Amino acid sequence: MSSGIEALVNREYAYGFVTDVETDTVPPGLNEDIIRTISAKKNEPEFMLEWRLKAYRRWLTMKEPHWGNVRYPAIDYNSLVYYSAPKSVKPLQSLDEVDPELLRTYEKLGISLNEQKMLSGVAVDAIFDSVSVGTTMRTELSKHGIIFCSFGEAVQNHPELVEKYLGTVVPHSDNFFAALNAAVFSDGSFAYVPKGVKCPMELSTYFRINSKNTGQFERTLIIADEGASVSYLEGCTAPKRDENQLHAAVVELIALDNATVKYSTVQNWYAGDAQGKGGIYNFVTKRGKAAGVNSKISWTQVETGSAITWKYPSVILQGDNSVGEFYSVAVVNRKQQADTGTKMIHIGKNTKSTIVSKGISAGEGNNSYRGLVRVLPKAENARNYTQCDSMLIGNKCGAHTFPYIEVQNNTATLEHEASTSKIGEDQIFYCKQRGVSAEHAVSMIVSGFCREVFKELPMEFAVEAQQLLGITLEGSVG
Amino acid sequence: MLEINDLHAGIGDREILRGITLRVKAGEIHAVMGPNGSGKSTLAQVLAGNPSYEVTRGTVSYNGQNLLEMAPEVRAQNGVFLAFQYPVEIPGVSNAYFLRSAYNEIRKANGQEEVDPLEFLDLVEEKLKLVDMDESLLSRSVNHGFSGGEKKRNEIFQMAVLSPRLAILDETDSGLDIDALRIVAEGVNKLRSPENATIVVTHYQRLLNYIVPDYVHVLANGRIVKSGGKELALELEEKGYDWLQEAGAGAVA
Repeated sequence: MSSGIEALVNREYAYGFVTDVETDTVPPGLNEDIIRTISAKKNEPEFMLEWRLKAYRRWLTMKEPHWGNVRYPAIDYNSLVYYSAPKSVKPLQSLDEVDPELLRTYEKLGISLNEQKMLSGVAVDAIFDSVSVGTTMRTELSKHGIIFCSFGEAVQNHPELVEKYLGTVVPHSDNFFAALNAAVFSDGSFAYVPKGVKCPMELSTYFRINSKNTGQFERTLIIADEGASVSYLEGCTAPKRDENQLHAAVVELIALDNATVKYSTVQNWYAGDAQGKGGIYNFVTKRGKAAGVNSKISWTQVETGSAITWKYPSVILQGDNSVGEFYSVAVVNRKQQADTGTKMIHIGKNTKSTIVSKGISAGEGNNSYRGLVRVLPKAENARNYTQCDSMLIGNKCGAHTFPYIEVQNNTATLEHEASTSKIGEDQIFYCKQRGVSAEHAVSMIVSGFCREVFKELPMEFAVEAQQLLGITLEGSVG
Repeated sequence: MLEINDLHAGIGDREILRGITLRVKAGEIHAVMGPNGSGKSTLAQVLAGNPSYEVTRGTVSYNGQNLLEMAPEVRAQNGVFLAFQYPVEIPGVSNAYFLRSAYNEIRKANGQEEVDPLEFLDLVEEKLKLVDMDESLLSRSVNHGFSGGEKKRNEIFQMAVLSPRLAILDETDSGLDIDALRIVAEGVNKLRSPENATIVVTHYQRLLNYIVPDYVHVLANGRIVKSGGKELALELEEKGYDWLQEAGAGAVA
């Protein structure tokens, strides 16, 4: 098709700028002293330090896993910087105390923290190089008894909640990257919605990696107490750098009896250039525990960025009648790689899970869906529905599917549907014949392909995701 | 409006059109008939700019412009419309969104303001009646899960909304029962105007009972072997294509 479209492939990553702020960093490398330093800098209670050290010692005995369908050069963990914080960040009373340079950064990203203060709708916690620089809408939230703050503040102000729930979904020993995160994580977001409270607005965290050679290790913990419900959004960007940057976050969600947690991600980390140089390694552990009866955990993700995406937002369906959902769109273009999917672990009776995965591969990208549905012996009448669709654009990309099913209770009902399609030249020609340009045609066809996932996203995110998809795939038909 | 001169085209090494010459003026309806494999659909696709076909010789001028140099979407923006023989499915994209995108891109290309979804809805409601379809059509995915007849009616509906200057109907009658055929034909007739021209590509004469052509051309082996008035279609119905096909083969040899 038209070669003019090719030129669009090299469209610049719009968020690739670097912010010039003074940072407080520790020397590169990892040892117990670094961990003690991080813990001391954050003025943490003893239990936190102990937990970190336990994780670190465990990590030393672990090997970096290589079962993913992704390829990358070895990471030198001793050359990474494990703590970097904008210098001016002290416990803040209000946004007025935030470094104006940081506020400008967020304005550039289209997330005006100042505006967020006035506008209702979304409360934002902004994380800059692993440290929370400001959380908006706090007063409004506290009226409802909702705690929404940085992880560091939660450790200071609500240590009992942190101690009670930290590591209960993703233990410090869970996997290599989760153990590393537990040892060195510097900040993240924390949310607690008390009994019976429906959170009146979307909670949102915006992650930004700025510093060079810095691993970003943030940790998010969200708890919906009995009868509570909350919807949480996560967005991410990073500057363009030639080196790869490691992002190894952990997210833990907990839903008690009759509670609902909905977690949506639009991930747009820098993906590297057209030659595959640079970009983020996004090795993240996300898991939710539907602990209570009738509880529900729902993941929706739109993954368009990162050089490598390696993550499996999962649900442990522990409570009877609990529900787990996973809606995913993963897009790879150029030389991006994604190995992503979910695990649904059915423990309670009458538990129900839904998996809808849409993988789109373009350029020389490689996309793998990897999913596990496990039904344990006591999970009477468990149900799972899995739908796994792949779309290929061009002939240098790849789509792979690795579904695993383990059933130990014969009352279970599992359905699996899968499809692979190639975006048709006939579809594009049809659109063009109606006057629609090739780029618009591709974004329209792909959006249609992803519609079942997009409709799960909160409104403002759905629009963003759709635009992002259009940008990511621009020029992929050539 | 349209001047085709000695047009040769094919796929890869296979030549399908072997020298087509045809003139279509505004206000006219031309029927292009012929047996399977004679090149009728290829002609339609080449005029619309399908990149699968390669033009090897000849010229096509459309309102004084070189049509062959125009990208398919530019042809559409300049008023060329092809009603597909096999309309393409686009799952997940609503008919309304698809058609509004097309409508707005055409308007934009012609320096007109785009319309918003509400204005667009007013505009299309009328056109729906033309093809006897109800509003639920708008929210369904483009051609996805449509019956054969619905797909064809949807093509004519799109044509009604986009109001092209040159409409090419490629085997619009195939797969239609007699009622659907009448509805489609009435739709086409209502859109007829002194400014527009239509090329009706068909295998059978029956569509031409409803859409009465000014000229009938018979295609065989990639060439027009006979042209005439509407009575030629009736003659074909009676005699079949064999006698002309032989003539076409002879002409090539």
